[in-house]
Amino acid sequence: MSEELVRFEDYSLDFMTLYGRIKALKNVSFQIRKNEVFSLVGETGCGKTVTSLALLGLLPSNARSRGKIFFEQEQLTAQNVEQKRGRDIAVVFQDPMTSLNPLYTVRQQLADVLIARRRVPKKEALRSVVDILREVQMLDANRVADLYPHELSGGMKQRVMIAMALSCRPKLLIADEPTTALDVTIQKQILWLMKSLREKHGFSILFITHDMGVVAEFAHRVGVMYAGSIVEIATKRRLFKNPLHPYTVGLLNAVPNSRVGGKLKAIPGSVPSLVNPPTGCRFNERCERAFKKCFREIPPLIEVEDQHYVACHVYGGDENG
Amino acid sequence: MLPVMFTAVMKMVEVYELKKYFAVRRTGQWSAKSVLKAVDNVSFTVRMGETLGIVGESGSGKSTLVRCLTRLIEPTSGKVVLDGEEITKYRKRDLRKISKNVQMVFQDPVSSLNPRMNVLSIISEPLSAHEKISKTERKSLVVDLLKEVGLNEEHMYKYPGELSGGQCQRVAIARALSIKPKILVLDEPTASLDVSVQAQVLELLEKLQREHSLTYLFVSHDIAVVRSISHKAMVMYLGKVMEIGPTEKVVNEPLHPYTKVLMKSVPIPDPDSVLTEPAIQGEPPSALNPPSGCPFRTRCPNAVDECSLADMTLKKVEEDRYSACILNQRRSDS
Repeated sequence: MSEELVRFEDYSLDFMTLYGRIKALKNVSFQIRKNEVFSLVGETGCGKTVTSLALLGLLPSNARSRGKIFFEQEQLTAQNVEQKRGRDIAVVFQDPMTSLNPLYTVRQQLADVLIARRRVPKKEALRSVVDILREVQMLDANRVADLYPHELSGGMKQRVMIAMALSCRPKLLIADEPTTALDVTIQKQILWLMKSLREKHGFSILFITHDMGVVAEFAHRVGVMYAGSIVEIATKRRLFKNPLHPYTVGLLNAVPNSRVGGKLKAIPGSVPSLVNPPTGCRFNERCERAFKKCFREIPPLIEVEDQHYVACHVYGGDENG
Repeated sequence: MLPVMFTAVMKMVEVYELKKYFAVRRTGQWSAKSVLKAVDNVSFTVRMGETLGIVGESGSGKSTLVRCLTRLIEPTSGKVVLDGEEITKYRKRDLRKISKNVQMVFQDPVSSLNPRMNVLSIISEPLSAHEKISKTERKSLVVDLLKEVGLNEEHMYKYPGELSGGQCQRVAIARALSIKPKILVLDEPTASLDVSVQAQVLELLEKLQREHSLTYLFVSHDIAVVRSISHKAMVMYLGKVMEIGPTEKVVNEPLHPYTKVLMKSVPIPDPDSVLTEPAIQGEPPSALNPPSGCPFRTRCPNAVDECSLADMTLKKVEEDRYSACILNQRRSDS
């Protein structure tokens, strides 16, 4: 459980645009262990997806990065990530419609992956598609294999995406909001599918979402992101029971809970611009507990309790600094 | 949960046997038409100052239903009475006289605002459509409205592109409120917003309801959101109403088997929640060819033979609670 698979070390990322330098990620450090579900949560534009693209080496050409990413203790470079992508690291994106090619049947697209990544002979690849679809509990797999993406429902498309991602037995599956476009009953089926496949084959999942409910049911450890930084990392249980960072606390108070009900508490203000992020902590303008130091220095991510990291000056030494 | 601040007895929204059937071609241009029953025999009432949450999965007909209420879509048959006026009786061109009472807020705030109009003209457009007012009056009204929705004067000359999603939704709400409607139809108003902003908008909606005793029809696919804002909840599936009752009851002790499945599928943001096996497999049947009787019977864990003959009328099962499930109805009869 504790063996490390992926490690981000002080990773920063800027995008050069006409409007200036967008500081998309700032000193991001975390690790994903073998056989765990690590979840990155945060709101739109906080850098969750960009983190996963950095890991896949799929950043656009205007990206400038600093820092290191390790996969199985080996530093990822532009050259070796090419070899790992699709084999060791696979990905399922949010919108299954735009990730599948509308001009090819499910069978052709799935076989393509096997031919390109695993060097399976073409005939055999086409034949084994149905088995792969059965693996992701696709009902009526024989018929579905010869359908085009537009003939499938959202849930079925996402099953095909998962089948495609897992067909090369990856060590890490990146799931970027895989259930956001789906209805709750279908979401549950997809989550259950990923859980059972993970238990069967033993891989890690980097699960990117904004839905705290899904995090609570699915993740082992959670990293909370805000405006390009990781503000807190903890096990799921500890994060919900004892959130430390003021942003995490605010986020949990703002999430409606269908079982308990009760009043929601909004976080005042809005996310800062990443072209001109505030100096110091990026949450300082919206934070109730902010003091002088928060406007001067960027808080480092420190371990406050065992396996519970937080980037906040409130928990780092003297408050009157 | 909101307390209802006054004795809410007056019926603001009454809907009787509302139907909306679309004729659609299954495949190409020349194929035979078939009927899609988007909204099938829906009846309900909402009292003044109350919020009715309408929940259902995609394709359940909830958006079509509320669009029929405002006649953005013409209903096939049925009666809609808003604030005592039977709006289904009016000719389309006379609708403006009564549309003052009901306004809508849509899901995507950015695309429901004209990008070429500034906030001032967006908010005052309904005003100038309904009454003649002077420029200075218009401006002061807009400033008041902006303050009411938590924005201020400096936003008046901005364009939608310069505002965030949450701010755009506030502008859309201000526009809806500008002509002082009694009923606000909210079609997934927070679905495209982040949770922290969603909480801000929900807070705002609750405040406005208290201050102006507004009646809300709140469409959402998110049961947790509906739970936090509405007094009553209505669950839809394939164009039919499955259950209506007080939100608290519908969420915590659902009657209809579909509602039960739905509630079990909602992930709970709690450290002790664990992922359990899904209660149903497969996906909803096609709305073009729904099962006879109860549309849920093909996936229902409790289905019996009689379900294929069920007429899907809502019957009172408990105090204030109505269900279309024949099993619920049978239990309460005996």
